[in-house]
Amino acid sequence: MGLVHLAGPDLARQLEAAVADSVEEWNDDAVWVKTPSIAGVAEFLQADPVLDFQFLNSISAVDYIGYFEVVYHLTSFRQRHTATIKSKIPGRGESIVPSVYRVWRGADFQEREVWDLMGIRFDGHPNMKRIMLWEGFQGHPLRKDFL
Amino acid sequence: MTIHGNTPEGTSPLSARTWQLDQDEGQTVQDLKDSSAEPLAEPLIEVPDDIKGNLMVTSVDALVNWSRKSALWPVSFGLACCAFEMIASSMGRFDIARFGMEAFRASPRQADLMIVAGTVTWKMSPAIKRIYDQMADPKWVISMGVCATSGGPYYGSYSVVPGVDHIIPVDVYVPGCPPRPDALLFGIMELHEKIKKYRNLPNGPNLPLLGNRSKAATSPAEDA
Repeated sequence: MGLVHLAGPDLARQLEAAVADSVEEWNDDAVWVKTPSIAGVAEFLQADPVLDFQFLNSISAVDYIGYFEVVYHLTSFRQRHTATIKSKIPGRGESIVPSVYRVWRGADFQEREVWDLMGIRFDGHPNMKRIMLWEGFQGHPLRKDFL
Repeated sequence: MTIHGNTPEGTSPLSARTWQLDQDEGQTVQDLKDSSAEPLAEPLIEVPDDIKGNLMVTSVDALVNWSRKSALWPVSFGLACCAFEMIASSMGRFDIARFGMEAFRASPRQADLMIVAGTVTWKMSPAIKRIYDQMADPKWVISMGVCATSGGPYYGSYSVVPGVDHIIPVDVYVPGCPPRPDALLFGIMELHEKIKKYRNLPNGPNLPLLGNRSKAATSPAEDA
């Protein structure tokens, strides 16, 4: 018995209703939210009894050269469904994203890894420092312009 | 009666004049033959009866090297997938206990051998160097797998050491990705052969001294 993947206009409408002006776009795979509203959307996804996303599978980040994208994979074991939330961060500077550590504790190491390798800071994280590489390492090696 | 026909008048023949000499010589031969019925014992170092059977004679080098190579205790230490092949080597199928090596020590103080099994990252390298420094002399290092030997597939990476010999001196390199337990056992046996060749006494032949690699490297300069 597989898990149902929630996405598309239904999920986008719920997120938009919960956090005003939060959704940027959507398709059948994922919903893109605006970067400043990530924390509010995460709180809603976790607390809503129907969505009930108690589990954060992973946080990852992608370098599309023109912009970065952070990706959140979520699962609800009780409701047996999953969802993918993404957010685009324009520019190549030191990007800042709200932390979801207060919602899912599992975000702790994952956000540190994204900071370490991709150079995206998470605002509100209690211990925002490198996790894989040593302090003093220059740059963020998974960025396309590293070398 | 004359044999040679030229015996001067008034003298006895030669055989008569050497009669006693021949008799003495014959007696000597007979005596030796009579006294040599049994073969002589093999010439051995005399050992008192009370410790006979508890003693053997060898060189110090052979004894020390034999004892060192026969109980090489590795330090418990694995970095990546090579560690599983190392663990397999210590299990019954490949059975590292045949070499007296099954005692993987939890403390570097009790270990003679460090098997660097896996990828060495720069972040891990201070810990590796510390463990090596904590090991007591004499100590040896096996670099297991291409990652530890040269960085392997991660050669040139921002986070991987290009060979553990940048951090600590290595005695034996075992190639493979990962090396099968057979290959590791072969590397261990090569290390045994190496240990057998050490000269342990300072006034012995002019060969590198065990545990004094730097001294061995500088000795030609001292001679000059």
